[in-house]
Amino acid sequence: MNILGIETSCDETAAAVVADGRHVRSNVVASQIALHRAHGGVVPELAARGHVTAIVPVVEAALAEAGIGRDAIDAVAVTTGPGLAGALLVGVNVAKAFAYALGRPLVAVNHLEAHVAANWLVLPETTDGAAGGTTGAIVAPPAPPALPAVCLLVSGGHTELVLVEALGRYRRLGETRDDAAGEAFDKGARLLGLGYPGGPAIQRAAEEGDPGRFPLPRAWLAEGGRGAEGRSAAGRSGDGDLDFSFSGLKTALLRVAEPYRLPAADASAGAGSLTPGAPFAAHRPPSFSPAMPVADLAASFQEAVVEVLAVKTARAAQLTGAKTVLIAGGVAANAALRDRVAAEVAREAAASGGGPVPVRYPPLALCTDNAAMIAGAAYHMLRRGEQAGWEADVHPRLPLGAR
Amino acid sequence: MGHPGAPETSVVSDSPRRTREIGEAIGRLARVGDVVLLDGDLGAGKTTLAQGIAAGLGVAEAVQSPTFTLANEHEGRSAAGVPLRLYHIDLYRLAGPEDLDGIGWDEYAMPADGVTVVEWPERAVGLLPDAYLLVRLEPAGPDRRRVTLISVPLDGPFAGRLDAVRDAIGNQT
Repeated sequence: MNILGIETSCDETAAAVVADGRHVRSNVVASQIALHRAHGGVVPELAARGHVTAIVPVVEAALAEAGIGRDAIDAVAVTTGPGLAGALLVGVNVAKAFAYALGRPLVAVNHLEAHVAANWLVLPETTDGAAGGTTGAIVAPPAPPALPAVCLLVSGGHTELVLVEALGRYRRLGETRDDAAGEAFDKGARLLGLGYPGGPAIQRAAEEGDPGRFPLPRAWLAEGGRGAEGRSAAGRSGDGDLDFSFSGLKTALLRVAEPYRLPAADASAGAGSLTPGAPFAAHRPPSFSPAMPVADLAASFQEAVVEVLAVKTARAAQLTGAKTVLIAGGVAANAALRDRVAAEVAREAAASGGGPVPVRYPPLALCTDNAAMIAGAAYHMLRRGEQAGWEADVHPRLPLGAR
Repeated sequence: MGHPGAPETSVVSDSPRRTREIGEAIGRLARVGDVVLLDGDLGAGKTTLAQGIAAGLGVAEAVQSPTFTLANEHEGRSAAGVPLRLYHIDLYRLAGPEDLDGIGWDEYAMPADGVTVVEWPERAVGLLPDAYLLVRLEPAGPDRRRVTLISVPLDGPFAGRLDAVRDAIGNQT
């Protein structure tokens, strides 16, 4: 069964053809990152306008790359949420038009569920670990992940630990109480003047750095409860608390970078300089001395984010008796995170005397936002009889497990 | 500044916990229709203060950063026990007021059934409501923040409540 997937929830315009929820026939992504880089983030209206001009050529390219005609499409799948409303609408309307014109079923896909389902996909050339990722049990081509699985879902807008009992059946084990991990990377990168998107920028800058040079706090969130940001508890396990907090890291990064900070260019105006027409301070990214050890700062920052994610993921796997650990979402592209999760899961398994638990993550191209994961998730939904009606709407704040 | 009846009050916070307490005091005194603007740089404590306001409004769930979603909504209640909604807006990713169309800004700027808290409000200059509480968060040494509350306009709906906030948080400087 060939499914055409369409994804426009944020800043990627994407279309793909996937056979049987497994085999990626084509995967086309037109990124608007250059458009957004100037703003240090995604601008919703820019995003919607970019999708409008890109979507039809991207769909045509996905069909051409798959080498199939429109009549060979058995269903059309589209992201209906979560995401930016204006951006989502572009994809939903195009998907409805395609499905209606072809007389094929429409499937409304939850973007978060699709990130999880990306772990079921196989790229055409995947016969070794280069395109996909697996540690522990090495199989080629990889078998579908054994369930139940613990999935660490990490992106710019989401950071959750989820128990995947079956595709379509999820239980949330933990979530961020403030910033998402990808947001932490974006804002950390902005504070260090490293550019957007922040995850790749931090990872690049961190390559030559010493992750132990600057002590940054880890929020293990043991006793205490909501809003206890930035606390460094003595016990690394955090007493089984599987929530995250990354908000305090920004302040901590500013503190260790402070000695290298240059006075603002308009220092004469001082703190009294206000935005014209309103009583707001003019916030500009800080500038730093060339002597600032950017690599060490980036490495220390990355380590602070990655360690907490990895330790809690391993803990969740141990607590739930998961057979597999999955990493999904854009931050799964971070090599330090993947290595650290594998190491922590192996350590936890050894400590508890259990057998090895494989850690899996999608091929790089399927970690960041893409449409193959939408088509992949849709296959499993159709098998469960979950077809959408023509009234399908967008749901900007859709949680995992809802549609 | 800081004397009874003044339209502006200022306090130094020495921890995220303290910043959160200041937010709670604001939340407990909030009323339907209020707009609170949080002005401060990355890492200044805006989300922490917003979490405090949410706690003061009896919001039980986690109050995550709205940077990605732009707007989050939470169920809360006023000190008198009246149910209301907390609209938590973050304009960080917007370039300016021209991007506000897509997010339903007009309703957030005049919340008919709740309280609106806005981070990065300078992106909405020109489209701000006539009256709001401005909370400015500025660095005041390592881990310290000067938190200044300003009623806009000076005789606006918050002017009469700043004394109560000041009493609740104490320790003004």
